Amino acid sequence: MAGTAVQRRLTWRLADVVGVVAETLRVRTLRLSVPGWPGHLAGQHVDVRLTAEDGYQAVRSYSIASAPDGAEGLELTVERLDDGEVSPYLVDELRVGDQLEMRGPIGGYFVWDAAMGGPLLLVGGGSGICPLMSMLRLRAARSPGVPARLLQSSRSLEDVIYRSELEGLAAGDPELQVIHTLTRRQPPGWAGRRRRIDREMLAEVAWPPRERPLVFVCGPTALVETVAGSLVELGHDPALVRTERFGPTGG
Amino acid sequence: MDETQLRLDGNAAGGFLQEILAQDATSMRIRCHGCGSVAQVGAQPLYMYPGSPGAVLRCRACECILMVVVRGPGRLRIGLPGVTWLELPEPSDVR
Amino acid sequence: MRFVSRGFRRRPPSDGDQGRVPPGQHVVRDFPVLSAGPTPRTPLSEWTFSIVGEVDAPEQWTWDEFSALPHEMITRDIHCVTTWSKLDTIWEGVSVDTLLAGVTTAADFIIAFSDGGYTTNLPLEDVTGGRAWVVYAYDGEALAPEHGGPARLLVPHLYFWKSAKWVRGLRLMTQDEPGFWEAYGYHMRGDPWQEQRYSGD
Repeated sequence: MAGTAVQRRLTWRLADVVGVVAETLRVRTLRLSVPGWPGHLAGQHVDVRLTAEDGYQAVRSYSIASAPDGAEGLELTVERLDDGEVSPYLVDELRVGDQLEMRGPIGGYFVWDAAMGGPLLLVGGGSGICPLMSMLRLRAARSPGVPARLLQSSRSLEDVIYRSELEGLAAGDPELQVIHTLTRRQPPGWAGRRRRIDREMLAEVAWPPRERPLVFVCGPTALVETVAGSLVELGHDPALVRTERFGPTGG
Repeated sequence: MDETQLRLDGNAAGGFLQEILAQDATSMRIRCHGCGSVAQVGAQPLYMYPGSPGAVLRCRACECILMVVVRGPGRLRIGLPGVTWLELPEPSDVR
Repeated sequence: MRFVSRGFRRRPPSDGDQGRVPPGQHVVRDFPVLSAGPTPRTPLSEWTFSIVGEVDAPEQWTWDEFSALPHEMITRDIHCVTTWSKLDTIWEGVSVDTLLAGVTTAADFIIAFSDGGYTTNLPLEDVTGGRAWVVYAYDGEALAPEHGGPARLLVPHLYFWKSAKWVRGLRLMTQDEPGFWEAYGYHMRGDPWQEQRYSGD
């Protein structure tokens, strides 16, 4: 099951950049072709390594955004951080035809496999949505019957990554709810939530603990800690709450 | 910037730990020498920064240091000062 | 042949700062916070600073006593092993020479120890002769806890992991002993101008 994708010695390999998609002003998806890609699980990430002419290297981790679908490749969605060293290169400089050194897939803890079932509660902040999107895309392809809710925190509507794809997934699927909270700017007439995720919001959005939802939380450390802590306070089993904190190494 | 924003977790250590374990490290369970609690590496806070030679994995429950990893030239040194035991699933298929 | 990422280069030191920036470093304008653990919060009423180890008589100051010691303003560049450098940082504190003035010792080394268990070792000559301080203010304000407050060691001519945050004392030793990072392979001295990041450099 989870066996082969989490058991192997990691080696650096070269991926070909075969597509780039602008998601928002700051965010870009890279489509990578990797001959012999062993496949991955939803939630896993890769390490990307850049090497300069003088030998200087920088390594950063990025979540795999594409669903496990048997393709000989994967997609990474990268947010440009203002003082980042790697993300500005990946978002502004890298182009189709370039190569990117990477290793993976990595991770066996922050992983959702369709066989794990649900209900599935996904909570994301900013680019924390990327591994959660891999899970939603997998669910759409293989297990649409699993009830799922995504609670996503973004600065503004323009900053919501995968916005139209999420609308499309939710529109056609009675078992999927996508709930946005926009923390800095809201469009005129916005009737949705407009503050940072807190315990009260989670109590409204999450299934009650007796439903034993599987929870995946991903984003900036402060958000992840607040959400995980609040869910446990609300009575959710800590063993069912999995977390992935992003930080400056995401840049 | 609040320093809590900089803290990662064991997921970020997954790559270099898998280099030497030849299997996933993030789901590895560790019993903390300080408080006896058991949790997976991916769930524990990791103090690591871009460009830093070293990283520190701490126990979320009692904050004691579980593991220290330092990359030097041509080597990776791993300290396990807070590990009573660590547990990996037995590889079902050794490659 | 090693792969090279087309169009990728390391961050440049910074225009005009060339002579002041050690090899491999780049200048930042903010003040990054790096820690190996959570921020300790020792109340000032419980805080003490001690000189112990290879000394004829150990010394200790309470916060009030420490604040009454002769102090000075210091402006220096600092260099972190993670490659950022910050120029003209302004501190206020007590020179280690002042702290060791009443001490008789045969020691050649010290280990600084901090709240939270952090330690770092240094040759005595790197913390004397006007090269080191215990500081409690940065940029005109009381030193913030995430930057090492109430007080931290400041040894600006060496990599900043030697400037132990939350410092509570110095232990004098006749032999060099590795501190926290040094025991795991960081360099025992840490001179940024010689890029002494790891033991074996």
